[in-house]
Amino acid sequence: MRYGAKIGLSVLVLSVPAVAAVVISLAVGTAPIGLMDVVRAFFSPDRVSPEVMMIVRDLRLPRVLMALAAGGALSVSGVVFQAILKNPLADPFILGVSSGAALGTVIGALVIRVPSYVVGALPAFVGALTTILIVFYVARIKERLYPNTMLLVGVIINAFFSAAIMAIVSLFRSNGLQGIFFWLMGDLSLVSMTEVAVVSSVFLAGSIVVFYYARPMNLLLFGEESAASGGVDVERTKRVLFVAASFMTAAVVSAAGVIGFVGLIIPHMIRMVLGPDHRVLIPASILLGGTFLLLSDTVARTVVSPMELPVGVLTALLGAPFFVYLLRRQM
Amino acid sequence: MNAIEATGLMFRYRDDWVISGVDLTVKNDESIAVIGPNGSGKSTLLKLLAGIVAPEEGRVSIEGVPIKTLGRKALSRRMALVSQEGSGQFPFTVADVVLMGRAPYLSGFQMERQGDHERARRAMETTDIADLADRPIGMLSGGERQRAFIARALCQDTPILLLDEPTAFLDIAHQVSLLCLIRRLHTSHHKTIVSVTHDINLAASFFDRIVILSDGRVSADGRPEEVITEDTIKRVYGTTVLVDTNPVTSRPRVTLMTDTGR
Repeated sequence: MRYGAKIGLSVLVLSVPAVAAVVISLAVGTAPIGLMDVVRAFFSPDRVSPEVMMIVRDLRLPRVLMALAAGGALSVSGVVFQAILKNPLADPFILGVSSGAALGTVIGALVIRVPSYVVGALPAFVGALTTILIVFYVARIKERLYPNTMLLVGVIINAFFSAAIMAIVSLFRSNGLQGIFFWLMGDLSLVSMTEVAVVSSVFLAGSIVVFYYARPMNLLLFGEESAASGGVDVERTKRVLFVAASFMTAAVVSAAGVIGFVGLIIPHMIRMVLGPDHRVLIPASILLGGTFLLLSDTVARTVVSPMELPVGVLTALLGAPFFVYLLRRQM
Repeated sequence: MNAIEATGLMFRYRDDWVISGVDLTVKNDESIAVIGPNGSGKSTLLKLLAGIVAPEEGRVSIEGVPIKTLGRKALSRRMALVSQEGSGQFPFTVADVVLMGRAPYLSGFQMERQGDHERARRAMETTDIADLADRPIGMLSGGERQRAFIARALCQDTPILLLDEPTAFLDIAHQVSLLCLIRRLHTSHHKTIVSVTHDINLAASFFDRIVILSDGRVSADGRPEEVITEDTIKRVYGTTVLVDTNPVTSRPRVTLMTDTGR
């Protein structure tokens, strides 16, 4: 099958569960709403009560949109890191990029005290980009990338940055440690429409940039020399992709905290079914990643109702065993 | 116009000069083997010619145009490199890999056209791997995989083909059939070929010109019978060998000397 057709078909097929997940997620919660009322809330608002309108569109919709955008952004970031590092185990969380963004956010909010959310995402971006560059250059010895070194560097960075975050939070804020704790585990419960707008824009722009580099990413999987002789400007490609993925991760982390493993699980599942070509992998991972995080969040906020779990708890419970499985299979 | 012209090349990794003053002119339609002891700078020279690394001094021109002034895409329409890298971690099919040779001709969002698929198919036929088109590249044997990467380079449609140790890790039957393929690319497809290899006998049998590198310098350069002599081998490799003429190819033949049997 030619790629145009394959992209079209996979997008079409994966849109079905995505739309279903949106409707279901808008319906369930402490105040259950009928599926038809959810649909009516958008297409014929005069036929539902103002209360239903409020719950569906003002309370649940921002969170649903954030889950979709964050799941997509994390999946695309995972795809980028896997391609450049030539390691299917790479993911923004495992490499420490998310922790870097979290540390940036904490420093920005508590130490420098940057004002609004829009500007607040910038320190997160600096943290994310710095981290990926550290991982990349530490794990690269004499032009060769060492996959295991890379994962170890990620582990150490995660430990160090988590400690730094706790230290800063304790020094600068005596109360409210619990809120930070939820956020560090990855939490979508407190997102605002501004945050949704920022994360969605960064996610869409970033994904288009990454998709533009789909073919160079295919070539990069066979080595940088091989890619260069095949017409890829390797340094520029890596630079652009690192920046795009760091921006996407940073936007998600500063709004929703550290949600792990989405960027690991999703691209891997897509590759198993649709193959490794990035032109299919990127759009398909976006759709499946968004759906996956949305469903996870829906479970997280309903499973122990009226309490809530941070969604990152769920993705980690699923993702960590999955990581071990992939690691064993690689050996 | 010369296919490749390298003048005064100098290159080092940190403080080690790997290439210390190489001049090399490759004419159109030549087939050259670069040989030399381990660490003589063979692979680095190939990377310099391919523009993968930039020389500290000196310059490389392709068809009269300095590499530095060519962008990556323009360069990769003139010259393809089959390097020793290669990964089977991500399961692309052979056809996917070969089609990647069209990258220099396509822009970001552009899909491959009918003509690109056509070229990929022809490249796979030329390299005898058409029946492997749908197999994952990681499942191939060493020889088949090397053919797939040569097919990708052919698909790139360049006048110049550079190869880095194409026969490394192959058994002798596959070494010979692969070199026959490379020879055919030279004679029937008129590719200008520069190949790095460590096997002196295969180099002498399959290439028209031999360049011997030693300590980052060209130590001998010419037709096989001029270059492959007992004296040169002794001087460059520091080992005594017997050189006579291969009765089949009429090319020089090197026999290693050992204590046993003497």
